[in-house]
Amino acid sequence: MSSFFYSIKQGIKNIFRNRLFSLASIGTITACLFLFGVFFCLVMNFQSIFQEVETTVGVTVFFDEGTAEDRIMAIKSDIETLDSVEEVLYTSPEQAWEDYKEKAFPDGDNEVLTNLDNDNPLADSASLAVYLNDAATQEDVVSYIEKIENVRTVNSSQSVADSMASIGRLISYVSLAIIVILMGVAIFLISNTVMIGVTVRKEEIAIMKYLGATDFFVRGPFLVEGLLIGAVGSLIPVCVLYFLYDKVVEFVTERFAILNSILVFTPSLEVFRLLLPVSLIIGLGIGFFGSYFTLIKHVRV
Amino acid sequence: MIALDNVTKTYPGNVQALRGISLRVEKGEFVFVVGESGSGKTTLFKLLLKELEPTSGAIYINNKNLGKLRRKRVPILRRGIGVVFQDFRLLKDRTVYENIAFAQRVVGVPARNIRKNVMAVLALVGLTDKAKSRPDELSGGEQQRVALARALVNNPPLLLADEPTGNLDPKNSWEIMKLLEAINMRGTTVLVVTHNKEIVERMKKRVISMDKGLIVNDEKKGGYYYE
Repeated sequence: MSSFFYSIKQGIKNIFRNRLFSLASIGTITACLFLFGVFFCLVMNFQSIFQEVETTVGVTVFFDEGTAEDRIMAIKSDIETLDSVEEVLYTSPEQAWEDYKEKAFPDGDNEVLTNLDNDNPLADSASLAVYLNDAATQEDVVSYIEKIENVRTVNSSQSVADSMASIGRLISYVSLAIIVILMGVAIFLISNTVMIGVTVRKEEIAIMKYLGATDFFVRGPFLVEGLLIGAVGSLIPVCVLYFLYDKVVEFVTERFAILNSILVFTPSLEVFRLLLPVSLIIGLGIGFFGSYFTLIKHVRV
Repeated sequence: MIALDNVTKTYPGNVQALRGISLRVEKGEFVFVVGESGSGKTTLFKLLLKELEPTSGAIYINNKNLGKLRRKRVPILRRGIGVVFQDFRLLKDRTVYENIAFAQRVVGVPARNIRKNVMAVLALVGLTDKAKSRPDELSGGEQQRVALARALVNNPPLLLADEPTGNLDPKNSWEIMKLLEAINMRGTTVLVVTHNKEIVERMKKRVISMDKGLIVNDEKKGGYYYE
């Protein structure tokens, strides 16, 4: 147990002894994890925006002439059983006519149109609006609905759905690639910092070996040093991002007010509840592996 | 205590440092190992610490075959051997007390016992009043005594000293040798690698002379073999 506390104490001392190198490593990890955090926030927000857009990418289903409302409601229930369906809304012929009138003459009543109220021109225009929870499944859903009896036409915008799915995939792959590269750079840098620490303390390590120190005793302080640098380097960017996040959201919302209907930002607490542990784990991981591999290679009792 | 059976050590490039040496050192003995540079003294020193592996032959310390010792057990072996070097190898950023206490921390001595043990060994080497000094505030002889104190604080049954007087004037060299003798009188086996002819002659201890990787002379109470 005393070795354990000794390692922690020496690890902290190492950081202050080589404060310039330690600061450089912390700075690098901070920069890497700041970029990671920015991508993380972007991905989370893109996902929420996509989800919002996806729910507006609807499929409209029309029925054969004379299809009874009961039958339409049965089809509605059938469609609602599909996993990828978020919501199905029924529009009656009367509602369709009211919507049309409102759209065509938003300023007020039109005598001609009012006269047609008792002879609805859209009598056979009852429809179901099907909203999906994943735009990528639209093609399957459309093909399923088309096979249902009494269904006349299914209108959809496959290109929008395809684009959404492609953009989503592209952002995920690009983010993953950038994150992997940044992590590699950070591991390399922390490994260099620990190696410099090992070189600076070469004499001390040699003495420890002659005195009968175990591998754990010799390597412990360096591992602690790496872990602490990783932890500090991961907490700084999370704190900075936490304070920046709301300001950026506020700025974008004000500056691009026209896009407010689709720009649905994830609340900061929701983002940082996930980003904090993820960054900390990555920071500690970089610190641990960066120092561990260096120690395996350069410090052997 | 120490036994070597037909030990050879060949370095890459077919450089033969040891050419099949056998020797016995009994518990409580005081032994000088002498010889010119390249005679194999340092290789022997490193083999005893298991810093190097012999090319052939077997080395025993306390009846344990070092060739069969697992890597994990090497620290345990080294805890039983105190080591002193020509260049002292003290940590310059720490005080005398901290340098010696460091040896105790390495082997996991509880903190409450460290102070008592360090002060006791400082008294043994006559440096109680220098506990708070840093190595560069001490003379060469004092630094070597600190190194000795560090080697002894864990009570090793065997002490290896590699040219312990190499950087010291004759007066300090003699004091260090008398200290080593005193330590030996307390029961510690002492093996000293040295070039110091005058001291070897005066001490009248066992002298193993090496030349070109072979033991060429082994005198129970001998003098320096080379002229």
